[in-house]
Amino acid sequence: MTAAAPIIAFENVDKFYGDFHALKDISIQVREGERMVICGPSGSGKSTLIRCINGLEFHNSGTLTVDGIEVYDGARDILRLRQEVGMVFQQFNLFPHLTVLENLMIGPMKVRKLSKAEAEETARKYLGRVHIPEQADKYPSALSGGQQQRVAIARSLCMNSKILLFDEPTSALDPEMINEVLDVMVELADTGMTMVVVTHEMGFARKVADTMVFMDAGEIVEVAPPETFFTNPSSERCKAFLEQILDH
Amino acid sequence: MTAAPDIFAPRGKPLPQPARVTQVIDSVTFSVALYAVIIGVILYVSYTGAQAMGYNWQWYRIPQYFYTVTEDGFQWGEIAFGLVKTLQLSATAFALATLLGLLVALMRLSGLLIVGAVSVGFLELIRNIPLLVLLYLFYYVLGPVFGFDRYTASVLCLAVFHSVLISEIFRAGIEAVAKGQWEAATSIGMTRGQAYRYIILPQSIRFMLPPMTGEVVHMVKSSAIVSVIAVAELTTIGRNIISDTYMSFEIWFTIAAVYMVVTLILSVGVSMVEKRYAVSQ
Repeated sequence: MTAAAPIIAFENVDKFYGDFHALKDISIQVREGERMVICGPSGSGKSTLIRCINGLEFHNSGTLTVDGIEVYDGARDILRLRQEVGMVFQQFNLFPHLTVLENLMIGPMKVRKLSKAEAEETARKYLGRVHIPEQADKYPSALSGGQQQRVAIARSLCMNSKILLFDEPTSALDPEMINEVLDVMVELADTGMTMVVVTHEMGFARKVADTMVFMDAGEIVEVAPPETFFTNPSSERCKAFLEQILDH
Repeated sequence: MTAAPDIFAPRGKPLPQPARVTQVIDSVTFSVALYAVIIGVILYVSYTGAQAMGYNWQWYRIPQYFYTVTEDGFQWGEIAFGLVKTLQLSATAFALATLLGLLVALMRLSGLLIVGAVSVGFLELIRNIPLLVLLYLFYYVLGPVFGFDRYTASVLCLAVFHSVLISEIFRAGIEAVAKGQWEAATSIGMTRGQAYRYIILPQSIRFMLPPMTGEVVHMVKSSAIVSVIAVAELTTIGRNIISDTYMSFEIWFTIAAVYMVVTLILSVGVSMVEKRYAVSQ
């Protein structure tokens, strides 16, 4: 990778839920176009970390800058920031009262103020990109989990975001549907999109990640390129974790 | 695959049958017969009771209160006018109550300390005053102060009283929408207002419709209370006719039946709307 400027920068970020110390002194940077995969045991703070990036949660101290905008509760530019950062959730979170096409159009129309025709054109384009153009007029409940997650990805793409965040996008899927979602994500990675992905799909991570991050107990334990990360991790905790999830 | 046989014959042995007595008690015929017997007994007792009082039934005098046809042509009767007034009163009060209820619910959910406290204070105040006392307050206290006539006082009183109940329906409906919907709306850059308008409220409608139906019916029924300040609605008309004619049995049966017909129509209507919403989800 070339040394592009960081588009996401955490500097000594801490986050508490009451007494629980969810993120401990996090400092990490994501460059434009970088694909970062974050893994770690449950409760290690990976979801919290990713949710801080678009201000779904707010950190308590330290500095977090995303696309030149400083993130904090009440930041004036937070809405503009969220338009630049798309998010794909574990539970898809499609809008069940809208058709697939309307799910993709509502953001561009109401937030980006695009005309209906423009929004529909974009929506159909990205629905094609995730290989389900024929589902446009169905309601989400009529789709399989894998299809719903692909619609969710298309919904983020329709906002023309610069950064895409994935919070365990395949964890709620039946095993036979995981690959169709991962394939779409690999295709996306090939377009040069900046991606931060929380996942346990190590095959996917090997294929697309520029940087692997291992978190445990609210701390970043290991940051390494995939070759080193999988073959020769420096920390014992990371080694133990990888052995557990890769062994079978 | 072989073709399925025309008549399916199970190969397993048949299940044991329930006892004969249970079968009889569970049968539709038995239920209908039992129901008819009970209703018959009630009617018989009422009728003989009225006979024993020497009550003079005059059902033939009732239709003129709905409408009359004379040489001047067709004319609506008093009960018809009363019904229109009741519907008008209920509809206006319900519309106001819905707006006020939504406002109170949104205030309560706003997360702002003072705004939330104002909303809770209003809820507790209204919820702990009997409707009749509230009506007297609106008519005898607020009426002279702000110059309400009796109709306005009734509408405002019913609206305020029901807004409290409706705001709880809104709150429950909004809270029933999955938290992930807020997050998805937020993550595509929607403001709180946009998220409510395009994502949360449309979805909460299906949680709110069933209790709202109950609320509409409740509103029509509780509108009868304004007869104590002599607003010329259905119940007041009933009382007036009785003071003229002394036909209390017939009139009260009739008034009750009119209320029942209206509320049944409302219930059926809304449940049809509900079904449509259920399909589109």
